[in-house]
Amino acid sequence: MSTSATHPADDDTMKRDTQSAHSPTTQAAIAARVATFARADRWFEGLTLSFALLVLLSLAGLLVSLMYEAWPAFRAFGANFLVGTTWSPSDNVYGAVIAIYGTLATSAIALIFAVPISFGIALFLTETCPLWLRRPLGTAIELLAGVPSIIYGIWGLFVLAPLLQAWVQPLLVATGLPFFAGPPLGIGIFTAGMVLALMVIPFTASVMRDVFETVPPVLKESAYGLGCTTWEVVRNVVLPYTRVGVIGGVMLGLGRALGETMAVTFVIGNANRLAPSLFAPGNSIASTLANEFAEADPALHVPALFALGLLLFVITFFVLAAARWLTARGTRRAGI
Amino acid sequence: MATNLPSFTAVDPGLYRRRKVTNAVGLVLSSVSMALGLIGLLWILWTLAYNGLSALSWDFFTKSTPAPGSEGGGMANAILGSLMIVGFAAVVSTPIGILAGVYLSEFGRSSRFAQATRFVVDIMLSAPSIVIGLFVFAIAVATVGHFSGWAGSLALSLIAIPVVVRTTENMLNLVPGSLREAAFALGAPRWKVSVSVTLRAVKGGVVTGVLLAIARMIGETAPLLFTALNNQFFSTDMAQPMANLPVVIFNFAMSPYEDWQKLAWGGAFLIALVVLAINIAARVLFRDKVQA
Repeated sequence: MSTSATHPADDDTMKRDTQSAHSPTTQAAIAARVATFARADRWFEGLTLSFALLVLLSLAGLLVSLMYEAWPAFRAFGANFLVGTTWSPSDNVYGAVIAIYGTLATSAIALIFAVPISFGIALFLTETCPLWLRRPLGTAIELLAGVPSIIYGIWGLFVLAPLLQAWVQPLLVATGLPFFAGPPLGIGIFTAGMVLALMVIPFTASVMRDVFETVPPVLKESAYGLGCTTWEVVRNVVLPYTRVGVIGGVMLGLGRALGETMAVTFVIGNANRLAPSLFAPGNSIASTLANEFAEADPALHVPALFALGLLLFVITFFVLAAARWLTARGTRRAGI
Repeated sequence: MATNLPSFTAVDPGLYRRRKVTNAVGLVLSSVSMALGLIGLLWILWTLAYNGLSALSWDFFTKSTPAPGSEGGGMANAILGSLMIVGFAAVVSTPIGILAGVYLSEFGRSSRFAQATRFVVDIMLSAPSIVIGLFVFAIAVATVGHFSGWAGSLALSLIAIPVVVRTTENMLNLVPGSLREAAFALGAPRWKVSVSVTLRAVKGGVVTGVLLAIARMIGETAPLLFTALNNQFFSTDMAQPMANLPVVIFNFAMSPYEDWQKLAWGGAFLIALVVLAINIAARVLFRDKVQA
């Protein structure tokens, strides 16, 4: 239409078009057409909105159904559920402390190893890596994030656990520290933490790399221009600038570690007791669920497991919400 | 910040050396971290190939999982079960995820409802998958009284939908506003602009999102443990408990029988191969899209 309008010979047809557009029948047809468009648009918007609503409702439904199913356990044990140190299906006594301890201890070990290594990887990828290697190496780290957790689990059980048992744990036992005591079994809380560390690294490293890339080059160049070394630039310019985002990345990794099920279930040893040594087998919230749920007694065992699940969800919810808020703040800060 | 910076008023060769050493140590440690990450990936892949390749045989793909104590057997029922459960979940979650993504990007934009949905999508992306299994158990297993393939599909859909929503919305946000305006100026209705202009412009990116969601579902084990459960026999009935690769791998790897563990390695190798292949394919697709 626009091409014909630029052509002077088409002026007549243009005039005819405008005239015919004002004739009552065409006007009605156009009006009808526009009304159909509007109706279809409302329908389409309603359709997409209903699916967005579905996503929103699935979270609400998840919370409500977990609370509903867990209610008998909370009614039976009250606050004792949260502070009880016995988890015994045979005695019908359920306390969450063993599982909470297992979850927190494995996640803490994972972060102790994963945070410095992730920082190193992000630093390497943004500052020292030759440009042509950045893409393939970054992809390799992202592929590590794509490996299913059951693969980490089977690898941890058959490869990492025997290795730690033979080489690492005897050395640590020799230090005589109370949390490195007991027989080196290979499996246990320590090994679960190590497998989790490897799983968390790609997530935390990717976030750190992304926030490091938001640092305006002019800031770094000024520091280099003053004679700073690469390490000083990272330490005094990049890190202070990206602090919030880096913490967000760590929180995201923590959220992953807390909720990870299969990798932990394979190597944690699945024993419902509290032990001071990190080499002792234990249980996390997720591994307790994975091991016991399918064969649990519906009377009180199943509600107790639902209560554990609710607890896990609430903890990860807050950690992930904090991670999201921090990473959003960390990456939004563009410009100086 | 400025107080940490070295002072240049006096030349101190010792300070200069210390700074250089700190820098060298920091950069070497950073390279070592990178090497550790790569070694981790290669080590896992090598272990999988070493233990898994020898387990793959004709029987692996044609025979069902063996009964306790019996010899031989394969993973045929589990492979088929996984394909059906994941396939159905993909068919359900793709349109839901894409349309919800369209809503967030084209209609909701910065409304409070859209913000809340985005928040929920981000939480669901990283929420513990075993909790999603619990939820589906409560609504789709406890209510009908038995485990089923449908319940497994439902659990996987809940995991896949946020992945598709997030990538679709991110991709649509990359479409320049002028493209939409041009279509509106021609008198196109909004649904037509969405379907034939913006979604078409980011087709590659949306396909990438769906592929990544499928890759994620193939490896998910926790949500299937108490939804699809397992089935020792060959079954195509989605209303009954259904064998699937991840759960069979879990059960067999934890079993004391050596030939079961061998099957588990074979299954793990197969899953890793498919998941990594999809991840790489998705990246290649996406890269072409960005360059175009």
